[in-house]
Amino acid sequence: MSTASAPAPAPARAAPPAISVEAVSITYHSSLQARGQQTLVGTLSRLRRRKKIVKQVKAVREVSLEVPRGTVLGIIGANGAGKSTLVRAMAGILPPTSGKIEVHGRVSTLLALGVGFDRKLTGRQNVILGGLAAGLSREQLEGKYAEIVEFAELEEFMDMPMRTYSAGMYGRLAFSVAVNMEPDILLIDEALSVGDAHFKRKSFDKMRELCEAAHTIVLVSHGMRAMRELADEVLWLDKGEMKGYGPPPKIIREYQRFMKVEEDDAVGEEDV
Amino acid sequence: MSTETVHKAPPPQEDPAALADGWADAYTPEHHVYEPHKVGLPPLGPYLSELWRRREFAVELARTKLQAQHFGTVFGMTWLVLNPLLLAGVYFILIDILRSGDRPPGAFAHLLGSIFAYYLVSDAIRMSSRSVTGGGKLILNTAFPRMLLPLSSVLVSIIRFLPTIAILAIVHIATGRPNGLNMLWAFPVALEMIAFATGASVLVAAAQVYFRDLNNFLPYMLRVWLYVSPVLWQASEVPHGYKWLLYVNPLGPMLTAWNEALNQAIRPGGTWLLLGAGYAIVALVIGGLFFISREREFAVRV
Ligand SMILES: Nc1ncnc2c1ncn2[C@@H]1O[C@H](COP(=O)(O)OP(=O)(O)O)[C@@H](O)[C@H]1O
Ligand SMILES: [Mg+2]
Repeated sequence: MSTASAPAPAPARAAPPAISVEAVSITYHSSLQARGQQTLVGTLSRLRRRKKIVKQVKAVREVSLEVPRGTVLGIIGANGAGKSTLVRAMAGILPPTSGKIEVHGRVSTLLALGVGFDRKLTGRQNVILGGLAAGLSREQLEGKYAEIVEFAELEEFMDMPMRTYSAGMYGRLAFSVAVNMEPDILLIDEALSVGDAHFKRKSFDKMRELCEAAHTIVLVSHGMRAMRELADEVLWLDKGEMKGYGPPPKIIREYQRFMKVEEDDAVGEEDV
Repeated sequence: MSTETVHKAPPPQEDPAALADGWADAYTPEHHVYEPHKVGLPPLGPYLSELWRRREFAVELARTKLQAQHFGTVFGMTWLVLNPLLLAGVYFILIDILRSGDRPPGAFAHLLGSIFAYYLVSDAIRMSSRSVTGGGKLILNTAFPRMLLPLSSVLVSIIRFLPTIAILAIVHIATGRPNGLNMLWAFPVALEMIAFATGASVLVAAAQVYFRDLNNFLPYMLRVWLYVSPVLWQASEVPHGYKWLLYVNPLGPMLTAWNEALNQAIRPGGTWLLLGAGYAIVALVIGGLFFISREREFAVRV
C-alpha cells in the first residue's frame, strides 16, 4: 500500500486523488532569516563587495504521497519538522522548489491560527475579506456568515477589532470560518486545540462530522488521540523528511517512542 | 485503506478520458497543479480570469480601508473633500509668494486640477507600496492572486479622487474658466493616468517585497516628482532648456493634456495624448509582468 508514487505514473484519469504530492522539496530562500530585511542600500553595498546573502532552509525534502478523495491524512512531527510548510504548499501558497503537487477541488485552509486575519479590522471584516480572498462570492458569504458566527459563539464580538480578541476567541473564529466554507479539501494546521473545553469538544465533533461526510482533510496536530480517532493515514515528518507513513496506530507508536528517546516533547501535548 | 487510483492501460482515445473529465468537472470544478516556477510567468489567461473572479475582494478591501481612513472620524467623508482642498490652499499660498502675486490666468483652477490628478497617481503608488508586505497572514494562509492587494489600493485612490472633481467644477465655474466639449478629453487622459498609476503601483508593491527600505525613499521620490511635473507651474511657462522634463516624466504629457482639456477647454495636443498612452501601457506591461512573475515567491518572503 505504498502510495508514494513511483516515477511519474500516467495521470490517473479515472478517479484522481484529491491531493497528490510528487517528490516535493521546499526551500525557504530566506532573506527573512537574515537579520532585518533585504534593503536597497544593503543590496547596493553588497553589490560593491560582491557578497551575497542566501540563507536556505530546506523545510521539506522529497516528500511523496497521495491523499485519496474523502480520506483524512494526519501529519505529525516535532516543531520545525516542516508540517506547516507542506500544508501551505498543498494550498498553493508556497511553490514547491522541486517536485509537483496536484490538487482536485476547492481548498479551504486553516493554517496555524492565522487565516489571514488583520488584527486592526473587526471580526466581521476579517470574515468577509478572508472569504472573498478565498474565492467565495458575496452571496455565498452572506449565507454562511450567520452560521460562522453562531458556531464560533462570538455574536457580541463581531464588530470589535480582532486585536481585542483573546487567543481562544481568535482560534474559534478561524476554525469556524474554515469548516463553514464547505471546502472540498480542508487543510487544518494545529487548530484543534483552540478555545475552552466546551469549544474543543465542539470542534472535535465538527471535525468528526466532516471526516464522516467524506471530505478530504489534511490535519496537522499534536493531539495523538485526535490523530488516532480521525486520521485514516498518518505522515510523520522529521526535519523535512518522511520518517513514517501508514496506519495511525503504528506510526504514532513509532513517533512517540522516537520522541521519548530524542527529546521529551510528547509530554503535555495530549490535547483534545 | 488503499488508494482508489486505478491505473489502466493507456486509456483508449476519447471515452474514458472524456468521462473522467466529466466526472472531475462535476465533483471537483477546481483542479490545480503546483510546480516550481523557474520560467516565471504563469499562464496569463487563467491568471487574469482568476483575478477578475475575485475582484469583489479588492473592492471590499478598498471599502474597508476607506472606512478605516475616514469614516471613523467625526467629519467622516467630508475629510475626503477637505483634505485635498486644504492641500491645494497651502500650495497656492506658496506659489503665490514665489511668484510675488503674478498669476497667469486660471492659476488656481490649474493648480487644483493638477494637484488632484497628481495625488490620484501618487496616493495609489504610496498606498500600494505596503499592500503586499502588509498582507502578512492573508498572504501566508490564503492562495489568491496577490495583485488584488495593490489593485485595491489603486481603487482607494480613485475613490478618493472622485469627490475632488466636484470641487474642481465649482472652482472652474467660479473663476470663470472657459467651458466646452473639448473638456471631455479629460476622460481618456484620466484613464491614462489610472492605467499608469496601476502599473507603477503594482511594480512598487512587488519591489517593496525585495527592498524593504524602498518605503523610506518613496516619499522623497514622490515629492521630487511633484516638483518636476507641471503641477505648481504650467507647461506653457517652462523655460526652453527644461522642455525635456515634460517628455521624460511620464506625468508630463498626461498632466499637460489634462490641463489643456480641463483648464483651457481646448483639444489636447496629439503628442501629449499619445505619449501619455505610451507611458501608461509601458507601465502596465512592465509592472504587471514583474508582479505576476514574482508573486508566487511572496509567501516565502513576507
Ligand atoms: N517563512 C519562513 N522563512 C524561512 N524559514 C522558515 C519559514 N517558515 C518556516 N521556516 C523554517 O522551515 C522549517 C519548517 O517550518 P514549519 O513548516 O513551520 O514547521 P512545523 O509546522 O512542522 O513546526 C523550520 O526550520 C522553520 O524554521
Ligand atoms: Mg507549524
